[in-house]
Amino acid sequence: MLDWLWLVPGLPFLGFLILFAGQGKMPKRWTTLVGVGSVGLAALVTLLIAVEFYGTPEAALTYRQTLWTWMEAGSLKPGFSLYLDGLALSMLFVITGVGFLIHLYASGYMYEDEDFPRFFTYTNLFVAAMVMLVLADNLVLLFLGWEGVGLCSYLLIGFWYRDPENGRCARKAFIVTRIGDTAFAIGLFLLFRELGTLDIQDAMSAATATWPRDSGTATLIAVLLLGGAVGKSAQLPLQTWLPDAMAGPTPVSALIHAATMVTAGVYLIARTHVLFQLSTDAMQLVALVGVLTLLMSGFTALTQTDLKRILAYSTISQIGYMFLALGVGAWSSAIFHLMTHAFFKALLFLTAGSIILSVHHQQDIFKMGGLRKALPVPFATFLVGCLGLTALPPTSGFFSKEQILNAVWSSPTGGQLIWAGAVLGAFITAIYTFRMFFIVFFGEQQTEAHEHKGFKFHVPLIVLAVLAAVGGFFHLPLTSALPHAGHDHVPLGVEVTAIALPMVGVLLAYLLFYRQIPALRQLFETGPLKSLAAFFYSGWAMDWLYDRLLVKPFVALARWNSKDLVDQLPAVVSRGAALFHRLLSLSQNGQLRYYVATMALASLVVMAVAVYTG
Amino acid sequence: MVDVALIDHVFILAAILFCLGLVGVLVRRNIIFMLISMEIMLNAAGLAFIAAGSAWGQPDGQVMFLAVVTLGAAEVAVALGLTLLLFRRYQSVDVDNLKELRG
Repeated sequence: MLDWLWLVPGLPFLGFLILFAGQGKMPKRWTTLVGVGSVGLAALVTLLIAVEFYGTPEAALTYRQTLWTWMEAGSLKPGFSLYLDGLALSMLFVITGVGFLIHLYASGYMYEDEDFPRFFTYTNLFVAAMVMLVLADNLVLLFLGWEGVGLCSYLLIGFWYRDPENGRCARKAFIVTRIGDTAFAIGLFLLFRELGTLDIQDAMSAATATWPRDSGTATLIAVLLLGGAVGKSAQLPLQTWLPDAMAGPTPVSALIHAATMVTAGVYLIARTHVLFQLSTDAMQLVALVGVLTLLMSGFTALTQTDLKRILAYSTISQIGYMFLALGVGAWSSAIFHLMTHAFFKALLFLTAGSIILSVHHQQDIFKMGGLRKALPVPFATFLVGCLGLTALPPTSGFFSKEQILNAVWSSPTGGQLIWAGAVLGAFITAIYTFRMFFIVFFGEQQTEAHEHKGFKFHVPLIVLAVLAAVGGFFHLPLTSALPHAGHDHVPLGVEVTAIALPMVGVLLAYLLFYRQIPALRQLFETGPLKSLAAFFYSGWAMDWLYDRLLVKPFVALARWNSKDLVDQLPAVVSRGAALFHRLLSLSQNGQLRYYVATMALASLVVMAVAVYTG
Repeated sequence: MVDVALIDHVFILAAILFCLGLVGVLVRRNIIFMLISMEIMLNAAGLAFIAAGSAWGQPDGQVMFLAVVTLGAAEVAVALGLTLLLFRRYQSVDVDNLKELRG
């Protein structure tokens, strides 16, 4: 059964080829069958592989399948080789399982769209690239998948390309992640120069053998890889693209910008964790990036009014928790949170999609209100998603977040200050989540809504809701792939605080946005808190800052250089040649007697030279 | 046998003849006259060869003269053919008509 591993990326890729060849002319039912079916079959194959995988003893859980050699250049021989271990399998579950549910939902959500087949062409290619990314046994192949998902992200953000604004958002996402990818590529070059191999397992064992702890080279490479991860996972300082990526269709936001692609950075760091373990500084940096990002985007989410942008900022914040977990060495907790986050965030996004569709593409939460009665199923599933995001027991988010917070408390790269930041983040998460929940579903109904019912809408929501509720009880086969953190013993007070603060946050949100206590509201609508809120609303003015700091100077430079200043130097050669050409062609005047005269003169000169120098 | 002392005189005569021929080629526009001037230049060169060969008792000078004569005959044969074409085309023997190959 493990021999079928190649089918997991192969089936979605086949689906992509069929849909691509169909050029959008296939009937919609066939398109649905191919587009959803290919991912469904891939999920089925994953499940069959997992059954066999769980059957073998956990210590020996690796399987390698070499399909062919990709290219050969000296000692660089990256192959199309797949490598399956517990980490890759956990990711496969998320990608194909959650991916299949989102595809199923999308077949209903996107049905009316005239570019329905194009949508599934892109998403199937995305799933194939993402699976390639997690199954790659060498970093070159991983980079191929990495760029593949980036391409699909770009194509799908700009899916409704007739609005130029969407194109701008797509370009922004592409260019900002490209900055991280450049760092990643440089890291790969450096790794190859130092170790002579890009095979992940070989490189990791070579790294521990070659470099001592805290060696400069290991730190540099780890930081460069972190740069790639930060770009892809929308962490500080490259987080600005993700909120704008919400311009894409909502299933895309669920699939790419919540559940799978944006967590690729977390996967990359977990996959190369040996490198990071070698360097305390790099680990510290990862933890700091995580905690700063989760706080910043948490505060931003507090003030947003667009339903999808709130979810986008909460995604950045939750990935911040995963980075924090990686930074404190709680590798398996990071992957565990990745999985539970995929469940509840995909659920929240799909439910948000249902809500937005029901209220005629209105995304402003203050223009919804009181949708509880009109949309009973989304109400229930959204509540489950919110509980998961807030990490209230016993939902899945509770288990993963608790693991992370406990690990932060007791880790050398964590500490009490970072722990306090993370718990404050959890508190804010509770407030903004339930702010969104109360404003959307309670209060006065601002707009009429009619629910989109049917199998394709409800089944994915309900399945994801069940997963978000009980996903915390899953046991991921990570012990062989990642070092086991062990159970961190923390003081009881610490644990109680971490569990209690989100509940206080929910209570505060209840008072503010359900009971709408006037005194409290007034506090936030006047004075310094209001301008602070405006600052948060702009995403801490990061877009403004980057615009002034990078975009404007670059555009000015480009305008100034529009005549290609560097080209002026080589142009001297071509101008000189042209000048000589004009001079010499003057001598070709067609006058026979003139030619004779010049010949005679030239002979005279030659002879004179010969006589006087000879 | 030319006296070696006299050779300068012969060379001066050959040089004068050569310059006359060259001036003829340069100033005449009639192609027939230009060809005649070129014959004069060739023969000036031939005279120099003969004189030099005679002065130093070498046969090479005469050999070279024979070569020059042969060359001159061949050149005239081609040149007259071209002259005929020139005349047919422009109804004139003025070489200044032939300046279409301007750069």
